[in-house]
Amino acid sequence: MASPGDATLDTSHVGKNKVPARYWLELQKEGKDEAEVGKDAEPSRKRLRRKEKKKEKMKEKKTQKAKKMKQEDTLVKQTISGKSDPFPGPAPISQDRVRKFKRKTKTKRSGSVGNKLRDVISRSEEASEMAQKQSARFDLLLPEDAGFLEGDEDEDTCTISQEDIADAVDITSGAKYFNLKLSQFGPYRVDYSKTGRHLLLGGRRGHVACVDWQSKQLMCEINVMESVNDVKWLHSEAMYAVAQKKWLYIYDTNGIELHCIRKFNDVLRMQFLPYHFLLATASATSFLQYLDVSVGKEVAAICTKTGRLDVMCQNPHNAIVHLGHHNGTVTLWSPNQKEALVKMLCHQGGVRSIAVDKTGTYMVTSGMDKKLKVFDIRTFKPLNSYFLPAGSSCLSLSQKGLLSAATGDVVQVYRDVWSTTVTKPYMAHRVRGTVWGLHFCPFEDVLGVGHGDGFTSMLVPGAGEPNFDGLDANPYRSAKQRQEWEVKALLEKIQPELISLDPHELGQVDNAAFEQRHQDRVQALGFDPLAKAKFIPKYKKKGRSSAGSVERRKKQVAHEDQRDVIRETMEDKMKIEEERRQREKKAAVLSGQKSALDRFKK
Amino acid sequence: MAKVSSKKKLSKTKAKKSSEVAGDSAVKKTEVVYDEEEEEDKEDFNENVTSEEEEEDGEDERRRQKLLEAISALGGKRKKTLGERSEAAVQLSEFSVNAEGEGDKINLSDLIGSMDKTPQVSAKTRKQLKTLQQSNRTVESPLSKQETERIQRDVAFQKAASEQLVFPLNQEAPGPKPMERVVTGWKARTPLEEEIFALLSANKQPIHDPILTPQEEVSMKAMSLEEAKIRRAELQKARALQSYYEAKTRRERKIKSKKYHRVQNKAKRKDFVKQFEEMVKSDPAAALEELHKMELARMQERMSLKHQNSGKWAKSKAIMAKYDEGARKAMQQQLEVNKDLTQKLVTAVNDEEEEEEEEDEGGDPEVLPDFVNDAEQGVDSSNPWMRGKLSEDPAEKETSEIEEVKETEEEALLREFDSRRKRRQALIPVISLDDDEEEESKTAAEEEEESKTAVEEKEESKEEEESKVAAVEEEEEEEEEEGLEETLMRIRTLEDTEELLMQEESAADEAPVPPPAAENPPPASQPAGTNKKRKRGIELKQVLTKATKVIQVPLAHTVEDAEDSDDNQEQRGLIREAFAGDDVVSDFLKEKRKQEAAGKPQVVDLTLPGWGEWGGTGLKLSRRKRKKFRMKAAPPPPRKDVSLPGVIISEKRNRSITLHQVNTLPFPFETHTQFESTIRTPLGRTWNTERTVKKISKPKVVTRMGAIIEPMAREELMKDRNQTMNILSQAEQREEQKLKCERINKNKCKQKE
Repeated sequence: MASPGDATLDTSHVGKNKVPARYWLELQKEGKDEAEVGKDAEPSRKRLRRKEKKKEKMKEKKTQKAKKMKQEDTLVKQTISGKSDPFPGPAPISQDRVRKFKRKTKTKRSGSVGNKLRDVISRSEEASEMAQKQSARFDLLLPEDAGFLEGDEDEDTCTISQEDIADAVDITSGAKYFNLKLSQFGPYRVDYSKTGRHLLLGGRRGHVACVDWQSKQLMCEINVMESVNDVKWLHSEAMYAVAQKKWLYIYDTNGIELHCIRKFNDVLRMQFLPYHFLLATASATSFLQYLDVSVGKEVAAICTKTGRLDVMCQNPHNAIVHLGHHNGTVTLWSPNQKEALVKMLCHQGGVRSIAVDKTGTYMVTSGMDKKLKVFDIRTFKPLNSYFLPAGSSCLSLSQKGLLSAATGDVVQVYRDVWSTTVTKPYMAHRVRGTVWGLHFCPFEDVLGVGHGDGFTSMLVPGAGEPNFDGLDANPYRSAKQRQEWEVKALLEKIQPELISLDPHELGQVDNAAFEQRHQDRVQALGFDPLAKAKFIPKYKKKGRSSAGSVERRKKQVAHEDQRDVIRETMEDKMKIEEERRQREKKAAVLSGQKSALDRFKK
Repeated sequence: MAKVSSKKKLSKTKAKKSSEVAGDSAVKKTEVVYDEEEEEDKEDFNENVTSEEEEEDGEDERRRQKLLEAISALGGKRKKTLGERSEAAVQLSEFSVNAEGEGDKINLSDLIGSMDKTPQVSAKTRKQLKTLQQSNRTVESPLSKQETERIQRDVAFQKAASEQLVFPLNQEAPGPKPMERVVTGWKARTPLEEEIFALLSANKQPIHDPILTPQEEVSMKAMSLEEAKIRRAELQKARALQSYYEAKTRRERKIKSKKYHRVQNKAKRKDFVKQFEEMVKSDPAAALEELHKMELARMQERMSLKHQNSGKWAKSKAIMAKYDEGARKAMQQQLEVNKDLTQKLVTAVNDEEEEEEEEDEGGDPEVLPDFVNDAEQGVDSSNPWMRGKLSEDPAEKETSEIEEVKETEEEALLREFDSRRKRRQALIPVISLDDDEEEESKTAAEEEEESKTAVEEKEESKEEEESKVAAVEEEEEEEEEEGLEETLMRIRTLEDTEELLMQEESAADEAPVPPPAAENPPPASQPAGTNKKRKRGIELKQVLTKATKVIQVPLAHTVEDAEDSDDNQEQRGLIREAFAGDDVVSDFLKEKRKQEAAGKPQVVDLTLPGWGEWGGTGLKLSRRKRKKFRMKAAPPPPRKDVSLPGVIISEKRNRSITLHQVNTLPFPFETHTQFESTIRTPLGRTWNTERTVKKISKPKVVTRMGAIIEPMAREELMKDRNQTMNILSQAEQREEQKLKCERINKNKCKQKE
């Protein structure tokens, strides 16, 4: 991002010859160099080669096998025509791309390891390196790039109206800007399906509609004759959940009520965890409940004891649910723990809305104190804090990291909220009523705004991920593909027990203190399996079991396990001592050779 | 026994009749002592036998020997085969002469003993043998069978544990092969192919790689006809030129005309000067060398009495000079030569007539170029006498004068400083006043830093220029002290230093401003043990203090949140908003404290009230009891949220995930990081390319359907012979080392004894 600016800086530095060298300038240059290396593949390749050369030098001792391999290689390199390959070896990969697919850091080789272990480690290293490189190579197949709105000189991009954008873009894209005037059934909640093809609208006064919004085809439209708090698509566009006044209902795309789940009452907000098939609901009775939609069972019901829960969002990275509370705290929940994993004090007033970005790195919150804050939720530290004159009631983050915030009837979109300090929005748009629901459409540059007067589909250039994973969420999938995907997704369903704050924790060896583990075991078994029976001397008659003899017998077996070690160390010590004595003796003998002048010594 | 012997006697006599024994052999036989009677009889026979056929006696002897052996074998006492005397053996036939010292051990020295006498043995072998004799090292016995087998098994196992085993073994990889391999690996099989190959090889045609044949290569190297012609012409020309040149020089050498030589010498000199000038430009080093030569010649001239008209010839000439013009001239010329050679400045001197003298000089260059007068690079330029010319400008002279004046002032100042320093008893050594001017000024600058008053005084006393210089130097000093940067450029003028200062300022401005909000520093410095202190460490102000940036919104919202469900709630929210701040924060902190307290291990109280003391209500425990019976647990590891005042992180363990975690290290791994790094890459198709997945999930053993899998032969596993040999040799080395160690130990023991 900062590379062009840096480049200009660089040239200016180079130009000035008079300026004496300053260490800070050098530092900057170094930093730049690194950036440049990342940028273009050419120097990096050179560096790589150099490294390889170094490695070769280092490994002068090579097994014969390796040599043989080399010979074969050289044989292959000679082509029949006799010409040498002008581009020998595999095509170079940019270092940047390779870094993108890096999974954790390689461990350093510890000194001496066994043959087998070395084999295993080297093989796995090889595999992971190959995986990384191959992925980097295949990254080439993602040609689409996100573009952003760019104004003329002295033109704020936020002043460009939606109509202008819609006029400027092509017809299909222009058609994505539209308004639905639904003033009758009150402010609308919005949800897009995972593929971004289908739109679900839930009016506060009971109007529920699902639309294939790109073709503008209405799939179903019902009025549930009850107040609707939230709507959510389930794993596919065949089913959706509606949080109604009392219970939670599940409908299908024809508007037929499939389930009424009485266990879930007074639900205010819902989140669907797509890879776990879990529907998380937050209720007015301060209950956070998890429903497994694949089996229809309640997985967990947690009483948060924090009052009405009307602010909720999920972390797409680790499936942790974030809840906002009226006392300015945000709590993080997993279905496995009855208490909050983390409790953060974010605002001085109540929290109005939360959003977490796709990578699970940043969390944006807005509160009653009219502030907008950005946190790094890996370290739980605040990054940025903004003051919005009117606060914001709804937040939403796009796949590319654009933040949309609604204040009253104005929707603002911000760029780079966490990396830079923003002073003005990237885009702004006024809708007809108070904004009630905001949702970025996946894989599209579209922001859906549900408000008091219906629904507005806004064009936000650069919002959606341009490259979709056809096997994960394919916007263009057929019915057959959808069915197949459903089966596969169900097979690959992640169990709710695996939800944890750090998803990599699963790959770590459980090196908790041994006692902790042992305690767990004791708890599970009901007895301590490792407890060693204490040595009790046999009772002997004829006065041989006197206290003294018992003690003596006990002493005989005391520290039996350590005896060998002790003996060895003692022997070693003795040996060393002996050697020392010998040396001393020798030295004494050597020094004891009398010289003629020794007689004068006292 | 007697029967048999008589029979044998008969046969023997028959044989003896046909053969004759030589007289000397008979004598030998008589010397041998025999135990048995039969032998005596035989002896009698032998004596009787006349020596008629001397050729056959060797054969006869052998036969006899055989017979004797057979007889002795019948006795069953000696089953050893007795060697003949011709070969070295401990046990020799009793019938032949035994070696002396029979049954002794033969040492190497016995065998080598004769070596010194034989001159054919080379010194080298002798030496080797000697060293062999001296070293009492025995050859190591080979590894035991078990050992070797173990090693072989080890190797085999390693091989079997390779990435993938494909059964049946030794099958060729399916699929198309690369063209190169096919071509290179191809061999003639059919007779037709063989014939063709024979033809090709007979004609030295390339078989595998279509490279050129040797003939073709030769022809490629060969020149074309035209080229050859040109070359020949060139050679001819060169030869002709050479012969011309030779002829010319020969002719020139014969010329005796003085005038001719004079002209020629002049031309030569000119040439030399030209060359030298060129050399100065192109190769200064060589020119310098030449110059040195000239210098040397001059020195020698100055040292010697040559050309001084003091020699024999000169004296004789001097007598003649009165009358002979020629002699006078010659003397004059001698002196001129001397002058030329001793003079540093260049003047073209030339003397044709003194040819004998010139020969001595060895054709030294008489001409010196201009720049000889220039100061040499190596010579100290500070010495004005060593300089060829006055390089300094008059202005510089002036400054130097001024500096001298200043020096006196500085000296005065220094004296002042010294006295002050002494008064202050500073540890800085006194600077000698005889130091160079520069050094003194520098030290003065240092002094300035020490005492500002002194600087002021100095500045007052000094001239403007001087003060400027001092200031510059002072700044330089300061920079050096700060050690901030290595300046490659030298700051010479005051403007430069100003620029530098400006830069520093600007850099300070540009330097990243520390984050405006006091992002609370982690209270790491506080001791972890005292919890109360840490509680105090978290202050209200530290929480929720992040500087906020106001965002300008272009559109002001018009509609209020009128749609909020209950007005009641909204009002509550408003109230909360109004009274926000301390309430929320303090609540949070209270909660955090509570959590921390809950996480702390509790003290186990084992005191029994009234035990050993008075009982009753309201009694305090004695200190001794409190110390003894209240068990304090070890403090827990620091909480994850120690440094985060606004965050409470639950310390509860996630039990559900531990069930899925690996809780003991699998076999070959030694540390958990090793294991974790091996499982860090996901295996699934979702994260990997197809090729990677295939590679990762390759089966360990692949079998072909319908193919019989033979048990693995040892040869199959031992295929990689080199490897095994290496391992074996390594093992042997190990053994050797062990033996060595043992030997060393033994030696030590001996020494001890």
